[in-house]
Parts: sequence; C-alpha cells; structure tokens
Amino acid sequence: MRTSISERALDAIVSGVLWGFRILIVLAIVIGTVLAIRAGTYTRAQWIDFVIFGVAQGSIYALIALGYTMVYGILRMINFAHGDIFMTGAFGAYFTATWLTKIGFTDRYPVLGLMIPILVAMIIATLIAMLVERIAYRPLRGAPRLVPLISAIGASFFLEYSFRGIFGPGKYAYPPISALEGEWVVLGIGILKVHVVVMVAAGIMMALLYTLVMYTKVGKAMRAVSENQDTAALMGIDVNKTIVSTFAIGAAMAGAAGVLFSLVYRQIDWFMGFTPGIKAFTAAVLGGIGNIPGAMVGGLVLGVFESVGPSLFLEGLGIIRPYQLKDVIAYTMLVMILLFRPSGILGERLTKQKA
Amino acid sequence: MKRLSVLLSLLILASLALAACGPAATQAPGGSTSGYECTDPLGCVKIGPSDPVHIAFWGVLSGADSTLGEDSKRGVEIAIDDKGGKLFGHDILLTSEDAGCTPEGGATAASKLATDTSIVGLVGSTCSDETAGGIAAITKAGLTTISPANTRPSLTSPDRGPDYDGYLRTAHSDAFQGKAVAEFAYNFLGVRKAATIHDGSVYAQALQQVFVDNFKELGGEIVAQEAVAKDATDMKPVLTTIAAKGPEFLYYPVFVAAGGFITAQVRDVPGMENVKLAGSDGIFSPDFLKSAGPNVVGVYLSSPDFSAFTGDYAGFLEKHKAKYGGSTLSTFHAHAYDAANILFAALEKVAVQEADGTIYVPRKALRDAVYATKDFAGITGNLSCSPTGDCGAPVIAVYQVQSDDPASWNPADAANPNPKKVWP
Repeated sequence: MRTSISERALDAIVSGVLWGFRILIVLAIVIGTVLAIRAGTYTRAQWIDFVIFGVAQGSIYALIALGYTMVYGILRMINFAHGDIFMTGAFGAYFTATWLTKIGFTDRYPVLGLMIPILVAMIIATLIAMLVERIAYRPLRGAPRLVPLISAIGASFFLEYSFRGIFGPGKYAYPPISALEGEWVVLGIGILKVHVVVMVAAGIMMALLYTLVMYTKVGKAMRAVSENQDTAALMGIDVNKTIVSTFAIGAAMAGAAGVLFSLVYRQIDWFMGFTPGIKAFTAAVLGGIGNIPGAMVGGLVLGVFESVGPSLFLEGLGIIRPYQLKDVIAYTMLVMILLFRPSGILGERLTKQKA
Repeated sequence: MKRLSVLLSLLILASLALAACGPAATQAPGGSTSGYECTDPLGCVKIGPSDPVHIAFWGVLSGADSTLGEDSKRGVEIAIDDKGGKLFGHDILLTSEDAGCTPEGGATAASKLATDTSIVGLVGSTCSDETAGGIAAITKAGLTTISPANTRPSLTSPDRGPDYDGYLRTAHSDAFQGKAVAEFAYNFLGVRKAATIHDGSVYAQALQQVFVDNFKELGGEIVAQEAVAKDATDMKPVLTTIAAKGPEFLYYPVFVAAGGFITAQVRDVPGMENVKLAGSDGIFSPDFLKSAGPNVVGVYLSSPDFSAFTGDYAGFLEKHKAKYGGSTLSTFHAHAYDAANILFAALEKVAVQEADGTIYVPRKALRDAVYATKDFAGITGNLSCSPTGDCGAPVIAVYQVQSDDPASWNPADAANPNPKKVWP
C-alpha cells in the first residue's frame, strides 16, 4: 500500500497533536507537583499516609485485576462479572464474620477470626465463578468475541440483582476486629494495623499465585492453553479443566479482595463490585492485560496515583475540590500509559493470534 | 426481503393506529356518547368505566441509594391503601419508574411517563438531580408531580422558570435545613471552624453551600470545602487533606453510601479523632447506622422534626409495620404519604364523573387545584402550597445517634429514641 502525501501529512499532524497532548499532561503534573510541595500544606507524615492509603487500596485493585488478566490471558475475553464475584465474596465473609464476632470467637482468636472469613469468601466466590463459567461462558466458547462479552454483562447484572433481591438494597457494616484497631509503628511511621494486614495478605496471595502459575503443573497447563488452545489439547491438556481452574483461582483472589476491602472500608452492599471492578479492569489494562505481574503493578500504581494525585498535583494547580476528580486521574493515567506504551506497563507485544 | 416488508407495513399500521388513538385518550370526544366537553387548555385524561385511575411514582429504586426511593414509594402505597385502593369506585393503579438518582435517569423516567396518556398525576422524584433532568418533560405533557423528597432550594425559587410549572413538593427546602445546621453548630455546639464534604450531587452541593454561607454569616470560619465522587470508597485521603486544616466540625450532607464510608473511616485519620460530625436527612436512616458501624454513635443528623408532625404519624408507622414489617427505611415516607393525599384531594375536587362511570380529569384544573392546597391536614403538618410549589412545613431539628444498632432506630420513640432530638 502506498500512502499519498496528504495522508502522510495528516499522520504527522495527528502524531504531533498526540505528542503535544502527552507533553502537556506531563508538564501539568510536574508543575502541579512542584507548586504543591512548595506550598507545604501537608507534613511529611501526611504525605506518607497518602502513599500508604494508596498502596492499601492498590493491593485490593491488584487482587481483583489478577482475575481479569488471567481470564483474558486464557480466553481473550473480558469477564465483566468479575467485580460481582468480588461482591459475593464480601457477602460470604460478612455473614461469617458477623456470626463469629457475635459468639465472641473473633475476640478470642483474632487471627482465626480473620482467616476464616477470608477462607469462606474464597470458597463462595470460587463456587459462584465456576457456576457462571459453566452456565454463561462455556456454551458460548466458540461464538464470536462479542457474544461472551454480552453474556458477561448479563451475568454481572444477574449477580447484582439476585443479591439485591436476597439481601435487600441496604448496606451492611462489616464488623471491625478489635485486635486490628489502632496503629503499628514501622520504621517510625504509624500505619493503621488494618492496612498492614491488607498489604501483607495481598502480598502473600500474589506470591502464592505467581508460584502456582510459574512452578506447578496446573500453572504450566494454564500457560500452555493461553499460548494456543488447540496445541495444548493435542499435548494432552484438559482445556476445559484448565479454564475452570483459571476462573476458580481468579475468583478466589477476588473473594479474598472482597474481605480485605470490607475490612478497610467496613461497608458492603450489593452494588459494591461495580466501581472496584471497573478500576481493577483499568489496573489490568494499565499493567498490560494478560500479564500477571502487570496486573499487580497496575493495581498498585493506580491505587497510589488515586490517593496521592489529588493533593499532589491537582491541588498544586489550584483546582478546588480535587477529590472529585480522583476518577479523572485514574482514567487519564490509563490513556497516558496507553499512549506511551500501548501494551501496558509490563505488557509484551501480543502476537497476532493473541491480540 | 419479503418478511422485512411485511414487518415494515405492520409497523406503519401500528404507528397509524397509535396516532389515531393517541389524542382520543387525552381529548374528550366532544358530543355523541358523552356529555362532557373538555375545555381544559392542557387537555383531559379520560378514564373509561372499567379503567383504573393511573398515578405514577418516579424516583431512585435501584443502585446504592434505592432505600430513599423505596421509602417514599411505600408512603404512596400506604396512602392508596387508606383509600381502600379505590378512587371514584375505580381501582388506583400505581406505576413506578426508576430514575436512578441522576439527571439522565430522571430525564429517561420522566419522558417515559410523559408519553403514557393514561397517567393523571405523579409523586416524585426523590433526588433533586432527577427533577432537574426530568421536570421539563412532565410539565410539557401537562402533568403535575409532587416530590416528597427533593430539598434543593432552587427547585421552588421564584425564578425557577416555566419548566417547573408542574412541580411542587412536600419536602422542605434545604434553605431551611442548611441554616438550621449552621445555627446548631455555631450556637449550640459552640464550634468556630468547620469543614464540609459533598459528593457532587445537586442536593449535597447546595446544602453544604447554604450551611457555609450561614455559618460564615454567624461569624464562623470555613476551613475546607471538599468534594468526593459519588461512588468513592476510600475517604482517608480527602479526610487527611481536611485534617491538615484543623476543623472542629465536619458537615457531610451526602447519601448513605458516602456517608457510611466517611463515618467509618474518619476516626482512623490522625487529627480527626475528636472532630464533631454532622450529616443531614440524606443519611437520616437505619441504613446509615448499618453502613457506618460503631463510629456512628454521637453523629448529629438534621431532619424534619418528627415531634412537630401534627397528624397521626404513629398510626402511619403502625400501618407501615403491618404492611412491610420493621421500621421505615428513610426520611420521606410521611412526605410521600402527604403528597399522594394532596394529589387525591385535588383529583376529587376537579374530576368529572359521567353516569356510566367514565371519569374526565382536566389537567390544568388539577394542577391549579394542587397549587391551591390550603391548610391540608397531613401527617407532616398543616400544609399549604405556595405559588412557587413549596407545600412543606419546614420545621428542622437536629438529632444525635445514640446506638449503632439499626434495629433500635426510632426517632419518634418517647422513652428511648434513637437518634435522640438534641436541638432545638
């Protein structure tokens, strides 16, 4: 194909505008940051708090993002019901934790009081995700790509409104664990205990998942299926089983994330999966969809930017009520990353077949 | 191809048929079978001998704030029950339309209802945003709506414009509520430095602005006016920003979701441990206790003063308990009950019934009758509607939460109220 001169000129203009856009945003961020730091509204401790809040939020995004990325990696499909799987986990944990708190178990054994709800949440989320896969996705495996996407949106609504029907439209306060109230001082920095638990738990989960995918047989099968389903099947890998286990593992992560989310924000309702779901999807794309470490990095980056961004560069630029623009930061960042690195932070260039 | 043309011709036929009967339903056919001639400038609704009297409720029935709409809808349903489900011997049919607490949702719901020519009047919306989006369609269709829960001041201000001709409310305007909270904070609590958070909704934004203006006028200082997104969950960064300014009093007149997140997280933020907290009627509900958890004890909430309710509020609560079980979901059920009854009273005044049972409701006359409401004995007080659509009796009180147990929610309880009225 030959391109005419006018087409080439147009290309040059478009890429010029895009570069201008990139430079403008980077400049805005840098100038805002400098101004905000020079204004000195916040103490050092408060800046550290912002970062820690962000890391805690980000590790929850990362855990959810793993499910999106794994399913995309293996099926090239976006599982929009994943945010609601996260919600089902939170509900399971809520009822368990409330009961454990009521009988006084949580106060006597705080560690078990934390672990049992997480376990219940993981089991419930896994079971529901496997059901969704069996009912809404597997029958459509061979269909064009848009079809399972629509089915996923349907599954998402189905889960949301079933939970609304069963548990009502109201909100529930997740019972606080008294052993987790207050702060721990780490290296001279006060961190809320609950944030420490969230970061550590998320870290352990992600390490486990990484080991599972890289160093076990199931993980190897997953990687093989994600490379090429037909070849994997010829090699004697049970593709269906591998896909189900991918869904199950992703859902278990989301279920655990649901508990961590409830521990930090202490409020659950039937619609709670929607926004974190979208944010986690953003995180997955940010890190490079299909890439497991990418999802973790993407989640953390997104969480920290959302938390630090408003007071760091928006306030510095003189924007009033910057926290309203938190989502703008998240999505602008997505656009920026995709402009600079279309495959995401850690994403490799996808082969033609994968893309 | 053949099937397509058949389909097309069917469609054309259907639209022709619809076009033909459209006006027939709105305009009374002058002469022949009926003795009634519709001279109303906005047309009449004709209700056939076996048709129901059709009213509609629009408000938020899905999403995070659905209790607000559900609560008001129950008020309307109880008002219908009190009529025995019948008006002029016809059944009352209630249609409800979800408006999602957004301007777009309001516009969608309103335009859908406006096309239904069998509707005589409406109750709604619940969120001020919904009204802002949808009221033009309702007024243009000649309909009249009475909102039980909109509190945004501008909706009934004298310069609200002709789009609002079909709009009245039994809820109080926030011009009263924000002022009451400012006076309470400055005079009763004695605080001088206040901060506010709103969630970008028209309701919260206007209410905190009224508070800010009045608080400044009293001599107080506003150290921060922040805002969060409506679906934000992590409030700690914004609370840290506010903590840096050192307020004594934090006012967040938001809805249940954001209100719960702020209340649950505020004490974790260094510098916010002892700040006095206050919200408004948007979170005046047991749902807020449920969502906020133990930190909620001691939070101040402004609301219509239930002890100033003149009518049989206790009787209403009993009917509510019998019908739905448990306590009310939010603040505006009584206002919704009154709104529905004002609508029924106006209908009874203007509707014309033929011998065969056919009813004609002239739309403009109905609207005028609603505006003409005077000394109506509702359960929220003696209601009179102003020419700009304010029917509410604005008595605001401030309550303080006593316990975080949602089951103990009963602001009207004589011995053990939760929340308890502390001012005035």
